[in-house]
Amino acid sequence: MRLRATEAEEAFRAELRAWLDEVLPTLPPPPDHEDWAARRAYDTGWQRTLHDAGYAGIAWPTEYGGRGASPSEELIFLEETERAGAPYVGCNFVGTLHAGPTIAVEGTPEQRAAFLPGILRGDHVWCQGFSEPEAGSDLASLRTRAVRDGDHYVVTGQKIWTSHAHVADHCELLVRTDPEAPKHRGISWLIMPMHLPGIEVRPLKTLTGVSEFSEMFLDEVRIPVANRVGDENDGWRVAMVTFGFERGTAFVSELLRSKVLVEDLARIAAARGGGVAWADGGTRRELARCAAELDALWAYTKRNVSRAAHHGNAGSGGSVFKLAYHETRERLGQLAMDLLGRDALALDDPRGATDIAHVEERLYALSLSIAAGTAQIQKNIVGERVLGLPRER
Amino acid sequence: MDLEPTSEQAALRDELRRFLADRFDPDTRRACADHPGAVDPAAWKELASMGVFSLTLAEADGGVGLGLAEAAIVFEELGRAAVPGPLAATFLAATLGGDLAQAAAAGDAVVGAVVRAEPAIVEHLDALDALLVLSDGAPVVVDRPGGRRLERPLDPLTPVHLVDSLPDGITVGDHADAARLQRDGSLLVAAMQVGLGEAAVVSGTGYAKERQQFGKPIGSFQAVKHLLAEAHVWVDVARAAVHAAAVELDEAAAGGAPPGSTCGVDAARLVASEAAAGATATCVQVHGGMGFTWEVDAHLLLKRAAVLDVAFGSAQAACEARADALAVAARSVSRRR
Repeated sequence: MRLRATEAEEAFRAELRAWLDEVLPTLPPPPDHEDWAARRAYDTGWQRTLHDAGYAGIAWPTEYGGRGASPSEELIFLEETERAGAPYVGCNFVGTLHAGPTIAVEGTPEQRAAFLPGILRGDHVWCQGFSEPEAGSDLASLRTRAVRDGDHYVVTGQKIWTSHAHVADHCELLVRTDPEAPKHRGISWLIMPMHLPGIEVRPLKTLTGVSEFSEMFLDEVRIPVANRVGDENDGWRVAMVTFGFERGTAFVSELLRSKVLVEDLARIAAARGGGVAWADGGTRRELARCAAELDALWAYTKRNVSRAAHHGNAGSGGSVFKLAYHETRERLGQLAMDLLGRDALALDDPRGATDIAHVEERLYALSLSIAAGTAQIQKNIVGERVLGLPRER
Repeated sequence: MDLEPTSEQAALRDELRRFLADRFDPDTRRACADHPGAVDPAAWKELASMGVFSLTLAEADGGVGLGLAEAAIVFEELGRAAVPGPLAATFLAATLGGDLAQAAAAGDAVVGAVVRAEPAIVEHLDALDALLVLSDGAPVVVDRPGGRRLERPLDPLTPVHLVDSLPDGITVGDHADAARLQRDGSLLVAAMQVGLGEAAVVSGTGYAKERQQFGKPIGSFQAVKHLLAEAHVWVDVARAAVHAAAVELDEAAAGGAPPGSTCGVDAARLVASEAAAGATATCVQVHGGMGFTWEVDAHLLLKRAAVLDVAFGSAQAACEARADALAVAARSVSRRR
């Protein structure tokens, strides 16, 4: 075991740092949170900047136009871009981290040529059409129907939690192609161009008050059969391929931000009310406990990345990380509310300080135990796949 | 950066695990529990021959020349098997030089450790050849003091004595050594807590697969499954924290760096303490009524977790130390703003 970086890793870090120092001051100011056209332009502009400097598709194999970085280098990339305050992956999330890698592995040469360069260059934004109102944790029970008509599938149904749908060019879509087959065996994975007739996107407001994701209604949308990735009715396996890319890096930016957050809460505890909160042993130790857990989760991230370097993926490490992280982050959020007291009753800042941002963060943290597999589903995964306990069903 | 154990480290772990499964199987452990007493000298000598106490000593000094990373791996296994005795204290005594250190390394001396207090609660007193006394000042070694045996130790495998006063003893290092002993002791305890927590998860999981209610194994019910999953999560996270803290110390030492902050050790200790407490309590709960009996080993794991919680400092002390480091970081946040 070692924590020390290799010479190659140090060189990668130094080169990246120098580039970030040079490029970040030239970026335009980030757009307003609700101005989606501007957000798309900002996020894809950053993707183009990454692409031109050779950092796009950091973990993608070079044969598909990626950088082919090792898991350690990917960790360094995420660490350095976060510390430097570089833009987040934003709208490029589904394309660069989900649909793109899936097409790289499962797509035909024509599909790779048609879709991968646009993702890497920031030309195209992707969204994900997996969940449905009646298919959440039980995703495989999805009902959106695709009926073959010559060279097309005619698709009708409803999707939900589709982030960035209103600014996306393509959608990775799961549809039911065989309603008679057992639920996991009648699903296909399609690439749906978002300009097709019959697609209606209705933004959904989250509890934080912003429209981060949408409902998507599909009414006889005609999708070319050539856009199917993998065999007909083999879409569940194709969708699961993504989990094989789990390198333990999904929450690096999040975690580093939380490490700053706990320090800022300690500052607030020491500064407000003459430091009475910090003098309180219960509050002080709860903050320290959160800090220690974040330290441990940083070590765990390195463990997952190391595991991915040896075995190709981090295995169950992603579920374990997510379960521990959401628990810590939830407690940190509650601590923030306790420290702010009645100031937390409005999202506007009554004192002209930035402390109030913690209220919004606390609300946002509620999504961590829900999005991308609820905490309860993650515990089933750990209980069944790691501990080998029998399934309930 | 690579936090996966090397093949040598994995081999070390596997060899020790096999040895302990054979030599410290649950029946042997139970026999100790029913007849509380001294550490078995023959078993202690066998542990020494496996290199448990001499792991980090230079080969010239009869050691194995390995680092704290390997020590963490070894102590995790000792924790997993719930081996009784002052393991971490004897390991640390072996690093202090002199005759006692040699005897400790060879398994010929059993050395305990205690923070100076009056009166002091001392574990395994009858088995001790010497006692390491830690305080804010330089560490000292004293001969086995007299003490009154307490008849109802919390952990049946960890007998305790009340010692009214500790002699002055012989100084065996300076303030820096005291800090190192405290830090490394806390790290080794954290490693044992990880192993103990893992043992509790394995035990609870095994029972949940066998025990049937409502016509199904109870481990199929999410209420039970989720308890075990939560326990596993924190044990797994704590293990990474312990490994990272150990490797950080090894690399600082190899680079000739002065002992840096103990932040990594404090965090690992705190998380490992809580993971062990949580996992062992879960193990009792999953065993249901049987878990509340003396017959099932679940209580032995829970009680050992309580013993480790207050060995070489405490989880509470590690928490305060982490709070101190957080306060320093918070002041730098203020400056940045």
